[in-house]
Amino acid sequence: MKQHDDQFYQDVVNRDKPGLTTTLKTYFMRHAQVFFYSLGQLWRSPMSLFMTAAVIGIALALPTGLHILLQNAQTVSGGWDGAAKISLFLKKSTSDDQAQKLTNKLKSLVEIAEVEFISREKGLAEFKDRTGYGDAITALDDNPIPHLIVVTPSLQHSNAEQMEALAKQMRTYKEVEFVQLDQEWVQRLYAIMDIVSQAVIILGFMISLAVLLVVGNTIRLAIQNRRDEIVIVKLIGGTDAFIRRPFLYTGFWYGLIGGLIALILVYIALLLMSSPVERLAGLYQAPFSLHKMDFGTIITILGLSIGLGLGGSWLAVGRHLREIEPH
Amino acid sequence: MISFIQACKRYPGGHDALLNVNLELAQSEMAFLTGHSGAGKSTLLKLIALIERTTRGQVIINGENTSKVKRRRIPQFRRNIGIIFQDHQLLFDRTVFDNVALPLIIAGQAPREIARRTRAALDKVGLLNKEKSYPITLSGGEQQRVGIARAVVNKPPLLLADEPTGNLDPELSWEIMQIFEQFRQVGVTVLVASHDLDMIKRMGHRILVLRQGQLVADSAHPQ
Repeated sequence: MKQHDDQFYQDVVNRDKPGLTTTLKTYFMRHAQVFFYSLGQLWRSPMSLFMTAAVIGIALALPTGLHILLQNAQTVSGGWDGAAKISLFLKKSTSDDQAQKLTNKLKSLVEIAEVEFISREKGLAEFKDRTGYGDAITALDDNPIPHLIVVTPSLQHSNAEQMEALAKQMRTYKEVEFVQLDQEWVQRLYAIMDIVSQAVIILGFMISLAVLLVVGNTIRLAIQNRRDEIVIVKLIGGTDAFIRRPFLYTGFWYGLIGGLIALILVYIALLLMSSPVERLAGLYQAPFSLHKMDFGTIITILGLSIGLGLGGSWLAVGRHLREIEPH
Repeated sequence: MISFIQACKRYPGGHDALLNVNLELAQSEMAFLTGHSGAGKSTLLKLIALIERTTRGQVIINGENTSKVKRRRIPQFRRNIGIIFQDHQLLFDRTVFDNVALPLIIAGQAPREIARRTRAALDKVGLLNKEKSYPITLSGGEQQRVGIARAVVNKPPLLLADEPTGNLDPELSWEIMQIFEQFRQVGVTVLVASHDLDMIKRMGHRILVLRQGQLVADSAHPQ
């Protein structure tokens, strides 16, 4: 046995405290250590890590995929704004000359890309062709169809408000009887997409809740498995924060890996869908290819899933760590 | 270092584990706590380590009244106490070194300091050559020494041991007691619960006898 005058016994009662910089440095180093230690622990049972992460990934892939499809739909229909047209029905009293003049005047406006003049006669002929009411129309003394000018606003002036303003201006022309915006169907489509987008948000919220519970439950089991260790650490003076740390990092890893799986799944899904979508677009003679995920989406999804992983483990740790006390 | 003033502990259900215990233990004093199973030895140690709290009376450790220590402060409080258990309470998935280093890691010591002190503590219990082993590969006596190294690595002013030699043969028990004796000599207060009366008497230190939760004999104050 050694004599008690050696290094170890020095200042047994007056214990030395580490300095502030050492404390900080040690603190961050410990965090880094636990960070990778928790990954190492998970890596030891890759199957259970993968299962939990896959549940998170599949769950998150669903709203993410829907969100990206919706984004695509918005891009497509965004182009349809430009297709919106304004129909000007002229007063019956307007002569062909006056109508032609108005047409020329409209053509000179910067807001307007294209103007098509459909005279009363042409309109009647088209009506006869299309409806088959030709005989009935012929029986009339008078042509009931007014002159029609169809105006296509330029792309820069085709959003809803500008269209409305344009229509308002046109209503003031003395030849004009009635102005109709051919935009309602686009607006209806937008309304539907608003509903879908709201539904995606609600779905995303519910699925986030589910992920929170999945992670929470997994961490709860991990805590139960390491009950003895927690008791020992508490007995030798481990703080709650110290005990909590590895579990929080475990939640972080679940979130990160789950998020990556979600991104991979969505990527594969988009890849599978892109060729049929392009074929469909080809049928419409529209050059369109499915948008992939942008950087912002990727970061958001990863951030969200990491947040859910941390949140879930925080919930579990907060609830169950207190229950485990030495006795 | 330790004082009990009319300390009582009643467990839920009405069992009185300790009844009006008065006790003073000075710094650098070594004492043995003995009595039959269920006499209250473990409960007394638990009151000191704040694993349990008194239902009445006071327990003052190192000048601090345990009933005033808030839950959040308990970890800090326990770092001043080295506890040695009969069943060692080691972590079996970590090496001997990591087990002993744990209190230093918890206290946020720098890595170099951790390595130095952990080796010093292992050296003290004669297990420096086993630092890379896992506890499961060690004998009972060696495991207990790992437990002791872990208890003293943080240099606590107070050591508690609950039946530290309960599973060991007399020779090993005696060795363990010698380690405690060394710590006492450098100013550590040591309180050991044990029912190994022969060994306790041979040590020649203060003996406290508990019976049904009451302190019935104290060799320092013979009635």
